[in-house]
Amino acid sequence: MSATPAAPPAEWVEPATDRDPRFLARQLASRIGTFCLVELQKLRHDRSELFTRMIQPVLWLVIFGETFNRIRAIPTGSVPYLDYLAPGIIAQSALFVSIFYGIQIIWERDAGVLTKLLVTPTPRAALVAGKAFAAGIRSLAQALAVIIVAALLGVGLTANPLKLLGTAALVVLGAAFFACLSVTIAGLVLKRERLMGIGQAITMPLFFASNALYPVNVMPTWLRIVSHANPLTYEVAGLRGLLIHQPTNLWLDFGVLLGTAIAGICGAASLLGRLAR
Amino acid sequence: MSAATVTAPAVAIAGVSHRFGDHRAVDHLNLTVQPGETLGLLGPNGAGKTTTIRLLNTLLPLQEGSIHVFGLDVRRQAMAVRRLLGYVPQQLSVEGTLSGRENVAWFARLFDVPRRERASRVAEVLEMVDLTDSADRLAATFSGGMVRRLELAQALVNRPALLVLDEPTVGLDPVARDSVWERVHRMQSDHGMTVLLTTHYMEEADTLCDHVALMHHGRLRALGRPAALKAELGPGATLEDVFRRHTGKRLDEDGDEKGGLRNVRNTRRTARRMG
Repeated sequence: MSATPAAPPAEWVEPATDRDPRFLARQLASRIGTFCLVELQKLRHDRSELFTRMIQPVLWLVIFGETFNRIRAIPTGSVPYLDYLAPGIIAQSALFVSIFYGIQIIWERDAGVLTKLLVTPTPRAALVAGKAFAAGIRSLAQALAVIIVAALLGVGLTANPLKLLGTAALVVLGAAFFACLSVTIAGLVLKRERLMGIGQAITMPLFFASNALYPVNVMPTWLRIVSHANPLTYEVAGLRGLLIHQPTNLWLDFGVLLGTAIAGICGAASLLGRLAR
Repeated sequence: MSAATVTAPAVAIAGVSHRFGDHRAVDHLNLTVQPGETLGLLGPNGAGKTTTIRLLNTLLPLQEGSIHVFGLDVRRQAMAVRRLLGYVPQQLSVEGTLSGRENVAWFARLFDVPRRERASRVAEVLEMVDLTDSADRLAATFSGGMVRRLELAQALVNRPALLVLDEPTVGLDPVARDSVWERVHRMQSDHGMTVLLTTHYMEEADTLCDHVALMHHGRLRALGRPAALKAELGPGATLEDVFRRHTGKRLDEDGDEKGGLRNVRNTRRTARRMG
């Protein structure tokens, strides 16, 4: 085919920067940005998922929220139940988006896309972090829609831009953790059907064993213990603190979510190799 | 890549073996590819071609032996090796919910193509594979041949030193196959990159490759220029005859014992994705 073998041109020469911490940090930020951008591009091309996924949160707010608002069966102090519920539904809708994110990884594996991604100069942890924050972007779009519906229902949400920014950060961090959990399960089970089953099996327990629907202090002791180990509880508490001014320890909420997201990224990255084989 | 490594072989595989459980997929493989040449790795399913490719491109951990790409050790310098690679896997693997341009730009970002050059580089490779007019359509609407060309664009956007093509024409009709090879050939001639490809279409290997390596049961059975290998058998011999001589079998016999079902699934999936 070729007449004379050629040496690679000078542009292939690249600096040995793969161990430089500043380069690695820049690379991580770049990969996260890339995957988030790709997720936004996908959302732009196909918005149908945004609308279909809105049905469930709207039902929770309109039917469950309005009903329990009237019967006052759940003690939420001076806060109307609908206001109390709205942050829980934001967290729930982000959870539902991200807990099935592993299916996308399995699809990418089956389609050969994951193989190609793993052959790019992207460390596995950066690839997982990129995917996790991309799930966060998708969840954020969902959360925004729920916030709009809640505002239309008369929920008194904050208009403080800093607090809204904090809300976005919490949603993204929470989604990043649950997406990593999903990718970890994907790395273990390797099959879409199994992941669907496990996802469905753990979603509602995660939701009910949190403070999304009712305060932790009305739970039986054993459930309280479980809820304290559930990152969703900290996400909801933080969202309530930011959106409806409920007292909470925001440092703790952010700290737990950041810590679990980092642990999730490490766990999922360690199993990515199984998906590549 | 340092100046010294520019003169190193493009690929140097030494004593490589790889097992999946009890199955030895690659067995003491030694192979060298010189810069700028096109080497075809030939053999039936299960011969060890794809495993070799996956070891070379760092997808599988190296169990035994060593592989160097332009002097870089795939075991210790995986990231640096990946920067030199363009890879097209067996399956048609683009993101259907992105446009052609977005698919290529995605890989340009992942390969750290500088921002100021990115748009022009993406446009350049799309032009190279004749997809400029369709670049803003969703990839899901592309035909099989167009998807393959889009994958080539993705693989070339980082201007790789080594282009690795794993069965790039499997499942494509003859016209699409010719179109893919024509572009690979043009790019190889224009840019002098090294090409390592696997195929079990002997006639393609015969036309395209400077050297071919025949693999069977994980072992290298023959290596040389297609013409020289055929000449050993006398006038009128084909690469198929060469393969039969070295293995005692036809290329389509003795299929993949290890990953047969997966290969069939992949081929069917490829066919479905092509509509």
